[in-house]
Amino acid sequence: MTPPALKLPERNSMSRRLRAAAALTVAALALPLAACSAESGDDGGKVTLNYWLWDDKQLPAYQACADEFTKANPNTTIKFTQTAWQQYWQNLTTQLASGSAPDVWTDHASYYPQFVTSNQILDIQPFVDKDKVDLNQYQAGLADLFVKDGKRYGLPKDWDTMALVYNTKLVPDASGLDKLTWNPGDGGSFEQAIAKASVDAQGRNGLDPAFDKNTVKVYGFLPEWADGSQGQNGWGDLAVANGFTYLDKNPWGTKYKYDDPKLAETIGWFKHLIDKGYAPKFDKQSTIGRDATMDSGQAAFTIVGSWTIGTYLGTGAKQQYAFAQLPTGPAGRKTAINGLSDAIYAGTKHPNQAWSWVKFLGSSACQDIVGDKAVVFPAVKSGTDKALAAHKAAGRNVQAFTDQATASGGTFFLPITDHGNEVSQIVQDAIQSVVVGQAAPADALKKANDQVNGLFK
Amino acid sequence: MRNSLAVTAPPASGPPIDPGSVAGGPRRHRDDRRVAWLFLAPVLVGFAVFYLYPTVRGVWYSLTDYSLLNTPSYVGADNYTKLISDAQFWTSLRITGYYVLVNIGTQTLLALGLAALMHRLTRSVVLRATLLLPWLVPNVTVGLLWMWMLDTNLGFVNHLLSAIGGEPQGFLQNSDLAMPSIALINTWAYTGYTALLLYAGMLQIPPHLYESASLDGAGEFRMFRRITLPLLRPILALVLVVSLIGSFQIFDTVAVTEKVVPVGATRVIYLYIYKQAFTYFHMGYAAAVAMALVLILGLLTAVQMWLLRASRSDLT
Repeated sequence: MTPPALKLPERNSMSRRLRAAAALTVAALALPLAACSAESGDDGGKVTLNYWLWDDKQLPAYQACADEFTKANPNTTIKFTQTAWQQYWQNLTTQLASGSAPDVWTDHASYYPQFVTSNQILDIQPFVDKDKVDLNQYQAGLADLFVKDGKRYGLPKDWDTMALVYNTKLVPDASGLDKLTWNPGDGGSFEQAIAKASVDAQGRNGLDPAFDKNTVKVYGFLPEWADGSQGQNGWGDLAVANGFTYLDKNPWGTKYKYDDPKLAETIGWFKHLIDKGYAPKFDKQSTIGRDATMDSGQAAFTIVGSWTIGTYLGTGAKQQYAFAQLPTGPAGRKTAINGLSDAIYAGTKHPNQAWSWVKFLGSSACQDIVGDKAVVFPAVKSGTDKALAAHKAAGRNVQAFTDQATASGGTFFLPITDHGNEVSQIVQDAIQSVVVGQAAPADALKKANDQVNGLFK
Repeated sequence: MRNSLAVTAPPASGPPIDPGSVAGGPRRHRDDRRVAWLFLAPVLVGFAVFYLYPTVRGVWYSLTDYSLLNTPSYVGADNYTKLISDAQFWTSLRITGYYVLVNIGTQTLLALGLAALMHRLTRSVVLRATLLLPWLVPNVTVGLLWMWMLDTNLGFVNHLLSAIGGEPQGFLQNSDLAMPSIALINTWAYTGYTALLLYAGMLQIPPHLYESASLDGAGEFRMFRRITLPLLRPILALVLVVSLIGSFQIFDTVAVTEKVVPVGATRVIYLYIYKQAFTYFHMGYAAAVAMALVLILGLLTAVQMWLLRASRSDLT
């Protein structure tokens, strides 16, 4: 069948084609425009605030906070967007660049300097002064992490510390695990425990002189090598316990000290674990991550943060686990403590409402709700107590994280400086080059340190 | 006897004749150019908005200090002088070159072989469609799929290796094996597509040449070397140029698997540009690196076209 259009006089069909083509052009142009026009609206006194976070496990807790908040402030509703950690910072940056960033976002101590430098975060010190927010209600030190030159870029919302986690079937004898010692020379009782938990195909453990490092069934220790410039999940904690400091001053130092021999010794000790067969070679690790490898029963010990409590003690875990405090090094027992905050976008159309929301997020009213859900340790002390009570009620022993957090001199803050992303890549490359045997620890770290400090010139 | 009528012959009959236009005697001369421009407009607008404009902006950014969040400020050739002494830039170029060599080498050889087999042995449509399957899988999926299949402990490939008595290999986690592994993964993904392009080229070679050659007693290998290869040259050159440019732009597979590869052993030039722009926020510098890549690719293409005399066919 011939379509009717073909039978029309020529001129008419031509103008039709013209119109069709024009319509197509317009449609092609209009489509992308229509897709970009969704942003926070101000609808007759009613305000919708966009709020971003990355942890899907924390979303329900903060949603509960938002419900409370809207009950008290009926004119303000909170719209949540959750993006996975891997995409979070890139998404945020592109949104900032296009001027349509969320009004409030969950911020990380290591990531916020770049946004401060580029004037993207609102200074909330005037609000804090006006509303007389009590900064002593937070775990010590957390509030100061987000201050630069007298300006405040967020209120703390939670904190995390590190501990050892072990598979109780592979480490049946837990005696002494709370008093482990470590030094980079012979590894102390920590290395003994690791060696004892390493098992080869013949069933011999790592203390047996006949232990075959080429046929290891269970590795005593599972290190994390994609750990940036901080080594929060392993080498950083032990290096600090060995007397290492990252920076001339933290936060906002400008001179890193990765060439410190105390760090090189620590990395050297980790390499020694690999050479002994107590830890997997880099290319013998699974690509699926440490949690999954622990769950498959192929490793006994690893170092994890308190945000993984749900993973190891939750109902989804495929093995039985318990936590122990990190070993005590020559300079004491040290864990990284890190905190998140909520930041307000400098370009927000609703700074007052955004501040109300951030103030609420940073108050015991919200953090007690979050604490009850026991997904994180809230920054407000009463919230932490709630979280501990919730863990206890569920039969989960998380003392290892909290004892260390309250021990005097037991914690250190991760470095906060400019150029965080580049420093992270340079140092991680250097440490990996040692682990795969391409370079000696001292040489690789010296070179990386020169490169890192070159960024600050 | 074999012929390629189905593929190369012109359509059997013209378009149906419009009764209205025949009735009025000789066709009035009609200028379609105005309408043509209108139909071209969407493409031209798309090209201008998504290619031309970004390219011009890119040239401008490469001369500025721009972090995505500040206003670009002109710094002249600073980014380019920095580029020349940037060891990471040269390393990433070397890594990319290595990748291209392995990828294009294996891919072109395999594709030529496959195309010749399809041309001379079977013309099964099912087979041709099957060859295209890996090419239809999105690159990110290809990356993830192979990352799991090549996993040291749980991967299928290592399972097979162990079954035949081999030692499990950390293909992507070993700094020596990672880049060749990625190159071969992409060879797997693109060989079928390349083979089809070459096959289409082979169909243009007149079949009588093969007939007379075989009458003269030439074997298949000899015909391949003396007939197929020389007459395929312009197509081969085009395919090589296009796949070389594509190969230099390797990104997705590497970006997906990067986190398991040690010491940045697969940090190719595109990944370097991406990181400079969106991880370190050095948009200006990233633009300069991209411009350098444009220059390199332009030169390579010119050299290749000249070497293979691609614009001349021996058929005419």
